[in-house]
Amino acid sequence: MARRARKLVSTVLFLGVVVAGGAWFVTKPERWPAAHWDGFGAPDLSHGEQVFWAGGCTSCHAAPGAEGDAKLVLSGGLPLKSPFGTFHVPNISPDDTAGIGRWTLAQFGDAMTRGVGPDGEHLYPSFPYGSYARLTPTHVNDLYGYIKTLPKSPNVAPPHDLPFPYDIRASLGGWKLLFYSDKPRVPVDPANAKLVRGQYLVEGPGHCGECHTPRNALGGFRTDLWLAGAPNPDGEGQIPNITPGSKAIGAWSEADIATYLETGFTPDFDSAGGSMAEVVQNIAKLPAADRDAIAAYLKAVPAR
Amino acid sequence: MKLRTLFLAAALAGLAAGAVTAAEPQEVREGLMKKIGGSMGALSAIAKGQKPYDAEVVKASLTAISTSIKAFPDQFPAGSEANSEASPKIWENKADFDAKAASLGADADTLLAQLPADPAGVGAALGKLGPHCGDCHQVYRVKK
Ligand code: HEC
Ligand code: HEC
Ligand code: HEC
Repeated sequence: MARRARKLVSTVLFLGVVVAGGAWFVTKPERWPAAHWDGFGAPDLSHGEQVFWAGGCTSCHAAPGAEGDAKLVLSGGLPLKSPFGTFHVPNISPDDTAGIGRWTLAQFGDAMTRGVGPDGEHLYPSFPYGSYARLTPTHVNDLYGYIKTLPKSPNVAPPHDLPFPYDIRASLGGWKLLFYSDKPRVPVDPANAKLVRGQYLVEGPGHCGECHTPRNALGGFRTDLWLAGAPNPDGEGQIPNITPGSKAIGAWSEADIATYLETGFTPDFDSAGGSMAEVVQNIAKLPAADRDAIAAYLKAVPAR
Repeated sequence: MKLRTLFLAAALAGLAAGAVTAAEPQEVREGLMKKIGGSMGALSAIAKGQKPYDAEVVKASLTAISTSIKAFPDQFPAGSEANSEASPKIWENKADFDAKAASLGADADTLLAQLPADPAGVGAALGKLGPHCGDCHQVYRVKK
């Protein structure tokens, strides 16, 4: 009953947003000016691979259940459940027809950082471009170069299964107007290079907030509760608070956090589970200095 | 209701015998996992050189992991999902869950049969055991 009521409220709000968005006309998909993507030249493939693991693309775009090298086939197909319906993750392998093999850097970059698809359509924020928005154009160029070296897959994922009104892409303009931001989530000392790197990794490619920050009824972050923990979208359990106010990691040292991100082991030898197990596998592939930077940032965010 | 009566009866029987009171399955299995975690901690301290190598400690830790994980799959009677971090998927897919437990048990037994002889060996042993933990927790353990 309560759930139904909540759904109704969010639908009404959503429609309100659609109307407001339409009225203002400011909600058309906004690409970067083409020059934004010009002149980067040959990508740095090994750096692109690091951005790839930091971004955790395989967690969503690999075939469900893929292990080892099979994870590098970005064939799509994983169903992602959400309060708005079920998304089916698309193929982003470099296949010319089923994947993104024929995309230009600008098309890829606008999808990654502005949530704009190749035909100018809005993309759903279940693709965490609201975090990837912080990727620098050079890093996007490196990432795209690396993805092009991966195997092709002919797989075509089923269309998303979304009830009205969530199936209307145009309505996402209203969502973006309200919630899209490529600005810092919390202030950090700009003179502290380690913190700045940690902020980039956590708020940007690592998209940690997408799971660890609670959302409002329309799926926007509750920015005052940055990383403060949230219900698990899979339905079961709770994604933990990872600010210094947490009963668990509040007591961990920076080294403890870095070890957890490398091995999955907590200081009392519990081992990361759920969707975090895969995040750890990805982050473990980064240089140790990056895990230290993430740990420093997690110690520096406001306690909640 | 029936279950509660059963526990009560068991507890009373325990009291009558002057022995321990019966624990809920949730407590038993969390205790087993804590023991496994503690043993991994002891092995890790040796591997990292924080504690000197001690064959007795290595043997006791591996034994504790082996016996605890073998007893673990028996602690999931129907209806014991509540108040624990055990995922409902355990009951939907018990055979797979049991196989994951058995596979950790088998690796611990192999190591016991050829006890790691120095800190580097203990480190290698941890490399064998560690992935089992995340592999099972990824699917069958949920933080609440
Ligand atoms: C949390 C899951 C998730 C992660 C992680 C993720 N994606 Fe996606 N991605 C999606 C979903 C869902 C869509 C479909 C969005 C839509 O249809 O509007 C998508 C769409 C895309 C698209 C547009 C494809 C098209 O055909 O329109 C690109 C390009 C893309 N993702 C690249 C990436 C890259 C590169 C990474 C890693 C840096 C990544 N994604 C990580 C879920 C994810
Ligand atoms: C796909 C969702 C998801 C993403 C993305 C994610 N996490 Fe997590 N995280 C979880 C879940 C679920 C847990 C609980 C793990 C468990 O059950 O053992 C967790 C646990 C943690 C913990 C341990 C907290 C505790 O109390 O035990 C830390 C630290 C952490 N995450 C940091 C991060 C960082 C840093 C990032 C970004 C690089 C990140 N997470 C990205 C889902 C996610
Ligand atoms: C066969 C599956 C499985 C394997 C293998 C496994 N675990 Fe667990 N573990 C679980 C489940 C399920 C829980 C949650 C139990 C509960 O709350 O009822 C858990 C909980 C835990 C806890 C938390 C206990 C508490 O409540 O305080 C720790 C610590 C832990 N595991 C450590 C480990 C370590 C270390 C390993 C590897 C050596 C490991 N586990 C291997 C399934 C497994």
